[in-house]
Parts: sequence; structure tokens; C-alpha cells
Amino acid sequence: MEGNPMPDSRLVADGLRLAYQDRVVAEDLDVRVPDGGFTVVIGPNACGKSTLLRALGRLLEPAAGTVSLDGRAARSLGTKEFARALASLPQSVVVPDGIAVSDLVARGRFPHQTLLRQWTVADEAAVDAALDATGVRRLADRRIDELSGGQRQRVLLATVLAQDTGILLLDEPTTFLDVTHQIEVLELCRELHERGRTIVAVLHDIAQACRYATHVIAMRDGTVVASGTPAEVVTEELVEDVFGLRSVVVPDPVTGTPLVVPLAGRAAVAA
Amino acid sequence: MTAATRPDAARADRPATRPDADRADRPATRPDAGRADRPATRPDAGRPSRPAHRTWRTRGGLASWRWHPRAAVVATTLVVLLVPVGVATMTTGTYPVHVGDVLAALGGDATTPVERVLLGIRLPRFVAGVVVGAALGIAGAVFQTISRNPLGSPDVIGFTTGAATGAIIAITAFAAPAPVVAGAAVVGGLVTALATTLLATRRRSFGGYRLVLVGIGVGALLNAVNDLLLTRSQRDDAIGAQTWLVGTLNARGWDEVLPTGAAVAVLVPVLLTAGTRLRALELGDDMARQTGVAVDRVRLGTIAVAVALVAFATATAGPIAFVALAAPQLALRLTRGGSLPLFGSAALGALLLTTADLGSQWLPLDLSAPVGLVTGVLGGAYLLWLLTRGR
Repeated sequence: MEGNPMPDSRLVADGLRLAYQDRVVAEDLDVRVPDGGFTVVIGPNACGKSTLLRALGRLLEPAAGTVSLDGRAARSLGTKEFARALASLPQSVVVPDGIAVSDLVARGRFPHQTLLRQWTVADEAAVDAALDATGVRRLADRRIDELSGGQRQRVLLATVLAQDTGILLLDEPTTFLDVTHQIEVLELCRELHERGRTIVAVLHDIAQACRYATHVIAMRDGTVVASGTPAEVVTEELVEDVFGLRSVVVPDPVTGTPLVVPLAGRAAVAA
Repeated sequence: MTAATRPDAARADRPATRPDADRADRPATRPDAGRADRPATRPDAGRPSRPAHRTWRTRGGLASWRWHPRAAVVATTLVVLLVPVGVATMTTGTYPVHVGDVLAALGGDATTPVERVLLGIRLPRFVAGVVVGAALGIAGAVFQTISRNPLGSPDVIGFTTGAATGAIIAITAFAAPAPVVAGAAVVGGLVTALATTLLATRRRSFGGYRLVLVGIGVGALLNAVNDLLLTRSQRDDAIGAQTWLVGTLNARGWDEVLPTGAAVAVLVPVLLTAGTRLRALELGDDMARQTGVAVDRVRLGTIAVAVALVAFATATAGPIAFVALAAPQLALRLTRGGSLPLFGSAALGALLLTTADLGSQWLPLDLSAPVGLVTGVLGGAYLLWLLTRGR
């Protein structure tokens, strides 16, 4: 990290201990989310990356340590105040079948609404912008259960976009999508990032993480093993260390970013 | 040529040329028609856009609202339909009263016996039907939204069974008079609801499924207790308890109606203002929480209000079956939205109960039954329809 001045971070986690009931998932976790960056968290299953995201989004109360936003402890902020600064797209969202796309996206405006002001000009503009940004405006009057998986995911993204926050946390936004829709969602995230949003996403595909991320956080067993640019983090040693996978890391033929190619046969699986 | 070879052509022309397309044989003849053209099989889905929401804003931007014309039309229609049902209720009974007498009595200008029958007996009966039905309907919508289950209702957390336990104990053990029985029922229901909620709570949070499962367990337990109490009791007491357990609007005076009416007038608006937060829970706890909804507080608060409404309703009319279960789902089918309409459920609950009460009075004398049995029969038929029609 030396010679590389630390970028500013609105969202910071210090000494987090994360636990579900008595089961500790992560301990002594320090994370700084670079402002304006596209941060991707990678790591094997059950390494605590989704749990970290839930703690950053205040969906999980840390057992110890603090998450702070703009220098203030997140838990000291009002729930709506926090939701106007940071939006999370959780892994599991239940969507009522008969709901219209525009109605679902409009629900993202909740933190901006009051008892009397339920649908201001700003609310309408934010929803329109979110529908446009995700390319689902023509679906606005359709019912959500009529959509394909890729369309559905874009509508959910529109819902959190309508919240109009500077920071977006996305927990495995590409899961259950075919590869084309995965790329579509990631391209959308890149556009959002280029327009100034800070994005943190959990992804499973390391090649995709390297292509789209400006900052990678690699986790194993509830600790951060490495963080930095994709080229700094994703090396053969790290992949073996974090995933237990022996591989050759080559430049992606299209983008030049790191591409992990596992060794053949049993040799790929490290002891 | 099959849809598999030209899916786009098939999709484009189907809704226009044959809106009620041969639904039955399509899966058989084209087994590979996939997700893409499925919407066309739903009669109301092929429409390009159903009328969307409308916006209402005051000039200074002090207040603004987003509303759905269809939901507004449904709610208004349901409320307006209460008027003919009310008039019919007022003119039904052994003492002959005509529509003109009803208007005269409401205007404070009728002969004494007519006035006594209308304002002292039939009007409180009708008002009882409206407030009890509205309380049950909106409470059902709250329970179904929170349990995310169309079969969710106050019965689910054992309220009704607990109310019955309270009433049976009051009748069989203490030979209590009617107001005490009503009070005992409310206490029984509240204690059961509280116990279920506490048992379903883990670390200050209780989810929909836990609530339903614990509620079913508690309900089964209390049912056994109720049966035991009834079989061990004197025959007359058992018959009295049984009558109370069915639920009726017979002989309800203003003394019973006014407290419940006041509760409905206060608590229904409370639930309506919490509507946005309640609906946010539909998207799952994480999604609701991330938009700034205090999930646990909203869930606990709305359930408490709903339970209070059911308690008042039960004290007035006894445990009325199925209104809380059916009204929200029927209202949803009328509004065709994604969420259970709170006001619509209240209005439909009121209409269902008053209509069922009217029907129970119109039955031939040897078939005459309390309204609780009528709603039970209607509800059973509704449940069968809901479960068998498929989606």
C-alpha cells in the first residue's frame, strides 16, 4: 500500500466481530470502502463476505466493532437517514407476484417520504431515472411475475437505485442468471460506478471481479487476506491461499485483467 | 408450425386474435413453450399496460400522493354497496317496516314503535355487522401480509381458539352473564396471542413462518382443552357455550356496538397510516430494513393493533369465522394489485358480514342459523375454491 495514498472512504468498518447467534463468522475485520470505486469482495463459500456486506449495510448488528458512515457510527444514524445515503440489494428478496414494476421501484423511495409527502416531483424523477438507467422503463406497467430472471434482477436494481444513494451494496447480484444476463448486470453496475456511485458487490466469478472491479477484497475464514487493485490481489499464490486452488493466472485476452485458469486434474486442488 | 420454431410470431398475435386462447391444450401440443410466452396464457396479463397509478399533489407541494384508480373504485363501490344492504337489514324482521319508515326514522320523524325497532334493534345490529366485519377484514390483511401466507388470520396465532377457551371457562365454571363471557373471551384471546408471539420470538425478532407454526401448535392444544371442558360440563352449559362459540349479531344493542365502533374508528386509521411500512415487509426483512423500515417494531405494532381489533370484534359478536381469512384475498382479487389492500379488506369485511347476516335472517325459519355459521359455510366454499382453482 506504500506509495499509494489511501483514497477517502465514507464507509469504514473497524474491528468488526460478526456472528449469527453464537457462531462467530468474522473477527477483527477492518475494511475501508474507497469512495467512487467499484469494490468487489471475493472468497470461497462461507468465508463471511455476504455477512460483511450485511454488516456494512446495517442489516446485521456487529457483535463488536463499528461501521461508520461519514465519520459517524452507523448505528447512531436514523434508519431513514442511513437509507438515504446507502442502499443494499440483499441476496434474497421476496417479491409479491401481482405487483407492477413501477410500484415495486417506487418502494425504493420510502426513506425520502413522509406521511404527507408520499409522491413528490423528486420521487417521480428518481423512479424515472432508475427505470431508464436499468433499461426497464418499457416494462414499467408489467407484473413482476411476467418477467425473465434477468429483467427481474434489473428491476430490483432499479428499486435500490431509486433510493438515490451515493453508496450501493450488492450481494451476489448475478447469482441465478445466465452468463449474458450476468454481463448485462455487471455492465450496468459499471455504468453506475462511472456516473459517480460507490459500489460494493459480492461476486463468485473471479474473472468477472477482475474485469469490473477497481478494488478487490479477498476474504478467507472471516478475515481479509488481501485488498487492492485486481492485478495486485489476484495472483497464483493468493488463489491457492484463499480458494485452495492451484492455477495459472494469465492476462484476460480481451481486457488484460487477471484470468485464473485452474490446473488440470487433481493437481488443481491444493492439499 | 409450433411456437418453438417461431416464438415471436406466436407471442405477438396471440393476445390480439384470441384473448381466451385454448389454455387447456396448449401445454400438451407445445410442451416446450417456455417462460417467454407464458404471460399470454393469463387472461389479464397480455395487456400492454394496465392503467397505472395517478398522482395527486397540492399546489405548494406540501402533500403528495400516489394512488391507483382501480383500488379507489373498488373501495368506493364496496362502501356504497353497504347502503342497500343496510336498508334491507332495516326492513327485515318480524315487525313490518317499509323503506319510507327507515328514512323517516333516520330523520328523527317516525312513530314510536317503528323508531324503537329501527333505532334500538335493527340499526345497532347493522352497525355491529359493519364495525365487526371491518375490524376482522383489516386485521386479516395485517396477519396475511406479515405471515406472507393467504391462510394467515387471527386464528393462525390461536386468537380465536383462545377466545373460545376464555368463554367456555366463564360459562361452564362460573355460569357468567353475557358481558362477562365476552370479557373472558377477549382475555383468553389476548393471552393466547401474547403467548404465541412470545413463543415464536427468537432474539427480539419473529418471522412469519415461526408465528404460523407456533400458532398452529398452540391452537391444537387449546382445541383439545376446549373439547375437554365441554365434555366435562353440564349439558345446558355446553349448549350455551356452543351457541356463543358460533358467533351472532342477534340482539346486539348500542352498549355492545359503541365501544367496538370507537375502537374501529381509532385503530383502522392507525393501520392505514402504517400501510406503507407494512407493505415494505412483503419484500423480505432485509429489503425492508435497508429502505429504513424499523422491521421488528412495525411487525409487533401492527400485530398488536390487529389483535386489539379482533378482540373488540369477538367481544361484540363472538368468534365469527372466515371473514378475516376471506376478505383480504377477495379484495386483492378485485384490486388486482400486488399487496393486500387494507381499506379494501375492511370494506369488504363489512360488506361480507352484513350480507351474511341478512342472508341468515332470510333463511326459512327451520334453516335459520346465526351469522357465524353462514360465514363458516361461505368461507369453507371460498377456501375450497381458492385451493382447487390452481394458478
